[in-house]
Amino acid sequence: MAHGVDAMATSPEAVMSRLSQLHYLADESLATAIFLAIRLGKPLLLEGAPGVGKTEAAKAVAEALGRDLVRLQCYEGIDAAHALYEWNYQRQLLAIRQAGEAEIDIYGDRFLIARPLLQVLQSPEQRVLLVDEIDRSDHEFEALLLEFLSDFQISIPERGTICAAARPLVVLTSNRTRELAEALRRRCVYHWIGYPDADREAAIIMARAGDVARETALAVAGAVRDIRARPLAKPPGIAEAIEWANAATILEKGGSPWPEAFRRAIGVLIKDEEDVHHIEPEMGRIIEAAMS
Amino acid sequence: MNKFLVCDTASVPGELPRGSAPLFGFARLLRRFGFAIAPEQAIAFMQAVTLLGPRSMDDIRRSAVATFAPAPERRVEFDALFESWFHGEARVNIEGEGQDEDEPQIKDNSDTAEEETGPVQEETGGELTSGTEQLSIRAFANDGLRLDALERKLGSALPCRRSFRTVRTATGKNLDIRRSMRKILSADGDIPSPQLRRQQRVPRRLLLLLDVSGSMKLHTEDYLKVAYAAVHGTGRAEVFCFGTRLTRLTSALRIRNREQALAQAAALVEDWDGGTRIGGTLLAFLSVPRFSAFARGAVVVILSDALERGEPTEMESAFRRFAASAHRLSLATPLAGDPRFRPETEALRAILPTLDDLVDGSSVAGLTKFLLSLGRAAPQIETMSGRGL
Repeated sequence: MAHGVDAMATSPEAVMSRLSQLHYLADESLATAIFLAIRLGKPLLLEGAPGVGKTEAAKAVAEALGRDLVRLQCYEGIDAAHALYEWNYQRQLLAIRQAGEAEIDIYGDRFLIARPLLQVLQSPEQRVLLVDEIDRSDHEFEALLLEFLSDFQISIPERGTICAAARPLVVLTSNRTRELAEALRRRCVYHWIGYPDADREAAIIMARAGDVARETALAVAGAVRDIRARPLAKPPGIAEAIEWANAATILEKGGSPWPEAFRRAIGVLIKDEEDVHHIEPEMGRIIEAAMS
Repeated sequence: MNKFLVCDTASVPGELPRGSAPLFGFARLLRRFGFAIAPEQAIAFMQAVTLLGPRSMDDIRRSAVATFAPAPERRVEFDALFESWFHGEARVNIEGEGQDEDEPQIKDNSDTAEEETGPVQEETGGELTSGTEQLSIRAFANDGLRLDALERKLGSALPCRRSFRTVRTATGKNLDIRRSMRKILSADGDIPSPQLRRQQRVPRRLLLLLDVSGSMKLHTEDYLKVAYAAVHGTGRAEVFCFGTRLTRLTSALRIRNREQALAQAAALVEDWDGGTRIGGTLLAFLSVPRFSAFARGAVVVILSDALERGEPTEMESAFRRFAASAHRLSLATPLAGDPRFRPETEALRAILPTLDDLVDGSSVAGLTKFLLSLGRAAPQIETMSGRGL
């Protein structure tokens, strides 16, 4: 799989073009961060508001490198048994009973359940590890992860230490619902993904949505940008903008004239009843401004 | 690379090429301005620049951002430092440039604490014996004790929720198969008494929102002290203050030394004793996903007189949203200290249905007592409106 790395990580531009072939449009600084993470062998930490494409970035990188993506979704209370490894106790008990007087090694491979981090260590060349929403886990787990990220090894008391032959590519994402430990930030290549500007967002919509006209994509990008500037409970992300463009196009083909189609598809863009109330009276004006 | 050589270069250690001096210097500049930069980050920065070419200043900028990982709120400051260092537009004065470079910047709180031992008593004769002065001193001492008690007890006084994690227990129904297995193995296959576990309970987060507008002037200092005690009493407290804008105080209040923490927090706030836009600022709080996540499932205590100028609709919708995501929403108002207080202003009437508690916030005593009672269920609405709605 070294081929994937060679083809991709020659320069930030190569990263950018490879990702755009896969319909992920990274800007220059994100491409640089990805390039550096691959070449320096450091984890990549992506932060940003919900729905700006952090997880998508990891998926695109994995696809571009031709590797499998192993995803570890974090949540509060996640611990070693969920992230590293676990013994299959039921099977161990059965094996002891079956063996009777005979000798049996109950710490063999068939009793070991490899969780995401161990899976990645066992074959770093074929995997990209995505640690999603690391800010949702608690401090204990962050410390555990720190140990893994610094040495890429896991100690299993019954088996000894398992080391990775090569450094796996790790992508961490965070919504910044809490601040991460400095020690973790320090070990990573860092990038903050902001909302893209209107042109780029239009390009992203064109690349991701089914068949959306260029004018529609531009209007959606302009309107979404305007809507994000307002104090909403849940500002729409890029994913919502894409869905909105898709939905409006479908409605238009079904017979609704243009501005009306946008307004009727508002349910896929804004998913909070109060926000809808807040934005509805101004919707006409926003769309008009964006379409002109 | 010529640009580098004209830059003001500090001494380069060891065998690094001369051209790398400004890169090394930039890391040191950041440290001077309070960015926590580890040596390995400086190394990674230089490696990154080498990897990229560098073909332009943008390459250097991007590698700096990627490797030094400045927090988004300090990004502007970071960019300004970058500009001034590499473009030399406005030369930054570094204080104490001649000092030992590697001296760790640790603020030892104990020294300063000894220096700042209260105002020196300069009164002579009987000035100290006046009744009023005695009274205020005693009140302060009592408040001090109350705040200490708050800090000590708050951790166990907050309401709890069940965590995903489990703890071992002597009784219960759930088998801890991992520990049981180990027990069986160490007992050579005998089955001793089963090991049990239950789900752990963790305290909920406490979110304090302090009103620092002009009408709250008398109480803001007390509120800050309570907030300090709360932050140190439980690791899971978040403190914000609002007037016409919103300021996050949690990290300032985490400083161990109380005086320093309070001074730092006070310095952060830019809208002391100004106007009030309660509804607007609370909505702004809720529209930042990162902040509104603090309120989810948390105990939210808003310390404010809720005197909103103009239309209360914004404030009402903000309170409704808080009530929808918080575990418990309380309003502590200093006005409730007056026995004749009735929640009769338009704004208060509007938000009353969303509140779990409406309590007296006029004194430290009342507040600490309330915060320590949060673990018990909220009183029914009848008791709350016992003041005669």
